[in-house]
Amino acid sequence: MTRFVLKRLAGAALVLLALSVLVYGLFYLAPGDPARLACGERCNPQQIAQVREQLGLNESVFAQYLHFLQGVFAGRDHSTGTSVVHCDAPCLGLSYQSDQQVTRLVLERLPATASLALGAMVVWLLVGVGTGLLSALRRGGATERVLTVLTLAGTGTPVFILGLLLLMAVCAHLQWLPFPSYVPLGEDPEQWAWNMLLPWITLGFFESAKYARLTRSSTLETLAEDHIRTFRAYGVGERSVVTRHALRGAVPPVIAISAVDLGSMFGGAVLTESLFGIPGLGKTLIDGVRQIDLPVVVGVVMVMGTAVVLANVLADLLYAAADRRVVLT
Amino acid sequence: MTASETPAPLVDVRDLTVSFDRDGGSVRAVNGLSLTLAEGRALALVGESGSGKSTVAGALLGLHRGTGARVTGTVRVGGVDVAAAGPADLRRLRGGIAAMVFQDPLSSLDPYYAVGDQIAEVYRIHAGGTRKAARARAVDVLDRVGIPDAARRSRSRPHEFSGGMRQRALIAMALACAPRLLVADEPTTALDVTVQAQILDLLHELRRETGTALLLVTHDVGVAAESADEVLVMRDGREVERGPVAGLLGAPSEPYTRTLLSAVPRLDEPVRTPSEEGEVLLEAVGLRREFGRGGRTVTAVDDVSLTVRAGETLGVVGESGSGKTTLGRMLVRLLDPTGGRLRYGGTEIGTLSERELRPHRRELQMVFQDPVASLNPRRSVGESIADPLRTAGERDEKRVRDRVRELLDRVGLDPDRYEAYPHEFSGGQRQRVGIARALAAEPRLIVCDEPVSALDVTTQAQVTALLAELQAELGLGLVFIAHDLAVVRRVSDRVAVMRGGRIVEQGTVEEVYGTPRDPYTRQLLAAVPSLDPALAAVRRERRREQREERRQEPALA
Repeated sequence: MTRFVLKRLAGAALVLLALSVLVYGLFYLAPGDPARLACGERCNPQQIAQVREQLGLNESVFAQYLHFLQGVFAGRDHSTGTSVVHCDAPCLGLSYQSDQQVTRLVLERLPATASLALGAMVVWLLVGVGTGLLSALRRGGATERVLTVLTLAGTGTPVFILGLLLLMAVCAHLQWLPFPSYVPLGEDPEQWAWNMLLPWITLGFFESAKYARLTRSSTLETLAEDHIRTFRAYGVGERSVVTRHALRGAVPPVIAISAVDLGSMFGGAVLTESLFGIPGLGKTLIDGVRQIDLPVVVGVVMVMGTAVVLANVLADLLYAAADRRVVLT
Repeated sequence: MTASETPAPLVDVRDLTVSFDRDGGSVRAVNGLSLTLAEGRALALVGESGSGKSTVAGALLGLHRGTGARVTGTVRVGGVDVAAAGPADLRRLRGGIAAMVFQDPLSSLDPYYAVGDQIAEVYRIHAGGTRKAARARAVDVLDRVGIPDAARRSRSRPHEFSGGMRQRALIAMALACAPRLLVADEPTTALDVTVQAQILDLLHELRRETGTALLLVTHDVGVAAESADEVLVMRDGREVERGPVAGLLGAPSEPYTRTLLSAVPRLDEPVRTPSEEGEVLLEAVGLRREFGRGGRTVTAVDDVSLTVRAGETLGVVGESGSGKTTLGRMLVRLLDPTGGRLRYGGTEIGTLSERELRPHRRELQMVFQDPVASLNPRRSVGESIADPLRTAGERDEKRVRDRVRELLDRVGLDPDRYEAYPHEFSGGQRQRVGIARALAAEPRLIVCDEPVSALDVTTQAQVTALLAELQAELGLGLVFIAHDLAVVRRVSDRVAVMRGGRIVEQGTVEEVYGTPRDPYTRQLLAAVPSLDPALAAVRRERRREQREERRQEPALA
């Protein structure tokens, strides 16, 4: 197993490298001038040229990429015009816009995003798997039909609509909760949880529709298998057949899809983050793209990539633990 | 005599009818069947596929509840009226009074749990008690059915067991709650013949010890003869004939039973008259095939030498994993040999490139085991048969069609069914399509890999007869690969016995079956079920002695 993990981590490094190359490449194909944007609206061409020189944008793409790699592995010095800043490895560069170190920026934003993603996952696992299981159990009945409609509605409702409705209902109309504002977990765990509750529910519910359908179909599939018939023929009760034997077969696909979803929430949950004012990576990424702030974009994409890859390694390990027939190689 | 004096039979089925809705209509799987089974006795339900025998077995445990099947008539098992019983009574019946041993041992156990835990789960439902006691009981019964090192093996998952061990585990599960009736649905169909003999012997021994009654569902008359006191022959959901096993198999009174019995290939029927010595078509010398790379290579076929002549049939017989399918595929170069020589009509074809091989491809054809899986379900059978013609370069649509119709007719199918799809055909008909497709290329040699193992005996007999006819007419060389010794004996001129990738014995049918030299061949032949119950008992005793001897051997050494 150690061998498997090492192999996968080496693979992860390759994936990240490929991602960074891709982002650099795309960036240079995209229109727009980062120097003009960084400099501001009232800059004259001379000043812009100066900024461009400072940001190293006059070098070839290849040289810039090599500098980026150098920063990641060894650290590098950046000149900001007035002073020289040393940036320790792993250095993802300085933001074109704010001259902030991207590594620091990303690490600052990570806890908020991680809070949102993990909490939402708990919601989608509980709600999604629960609903799916219930509709598999009550197949053909009214419960199932209602649940099917609800899950379809869930998949069809965009996050910002669901979130807005929740905000209007819970915070404005009923006034059960104050309008959420992000409080870091380290500062006040209780306030953190209360403020994250609506974002969790919004994102989790949206995702759970998919999990309900997945759980339902794989549970029904397992229920049709021969070994289920064996336990029925030995007088095992229906509830036990479903929860002990059928659900077990439904879990592996849920693990696999969850891993991918969890990974992509790191930087991909921009709508939820914006709606609830969570200072997370998704918002950072969108701002970075809008301002053609290459180091920031690369930084967030790296974090997102790492999250996806690690979540998948973890999923494979869980998969093997859930189904002993799986051999990790 | 009053009712209270005669003990009620353990199983009492009266006028049972089970019907399913299918394609808008209603299909009667069982049609007015009645049967009784006394405590401790064994009854075999024998019939071909679709005769309704498994449906009867399911009805004994009330397994049709909630499936949409309509069940009428009464079924009483151990005093429980299955149709009227409440959920609690039904659960007590299932496993507690009557326990089912299912057919496919791989899919019939939950892949996610340890075998011992699954047996313990079932045991606790019926006997209660602690988890620990249930686990101990599970180890007990696993040991009883002959799982070596049962305490340790009980923690294994089903996939870590061999097919025979899984079947034993299923029997152990049935034994766990000490039921009065075992319902065994094709318990040995998926197993090799030697393993089948072990499982049947085990069932026999267990019944002698515990006095459990047995209702055995099987398509194999030999298996019924080995294990039952009485036989009930079913066809289309109805009873054809019922009687004591020796009498019924020895002197059947119904024509259907006679047809069924005469279709069963036997080890004592006359062998086919040897064909004239034709020219050598295919010759393999030291043929070898390895799979995998590096330290994990498996040798599937090892140093196999054989010849196939025009007009003769070479039977290749062996158990699963013996390498017979790998060999068959190599003979037609669907697989590349990793060693040895393969000569076809004087040309070394073992090492030819795909392009150089193309002129010979047409003459080497294959008929596959599973006629369902080897036909494209989305293309009409006519198109499937036309494939080899088009590959050979025939562009004239009319000629293709005429030829396909001719081939359909030749294999005994209606030529007008050109446009029909595989699912519209029965298993035997699909295999005929497979044969027609192989014939389309006008081959000189056909390798048939288990061509009849998925078919009922009467269909089996028809398909093997068709092959023999085609062979006589076209002078084909046939390689007939099968696990069934009696079928191979019936169709072959010469036989090769395979084990562990090697041919352990090769010779004419008379030599191999009459005077087997290799101990493995003798072991295989001893495991073939006999149609004569008296003989079966003698052979069972002999197998028991052999096992005893084998058990004693390490002690002597």
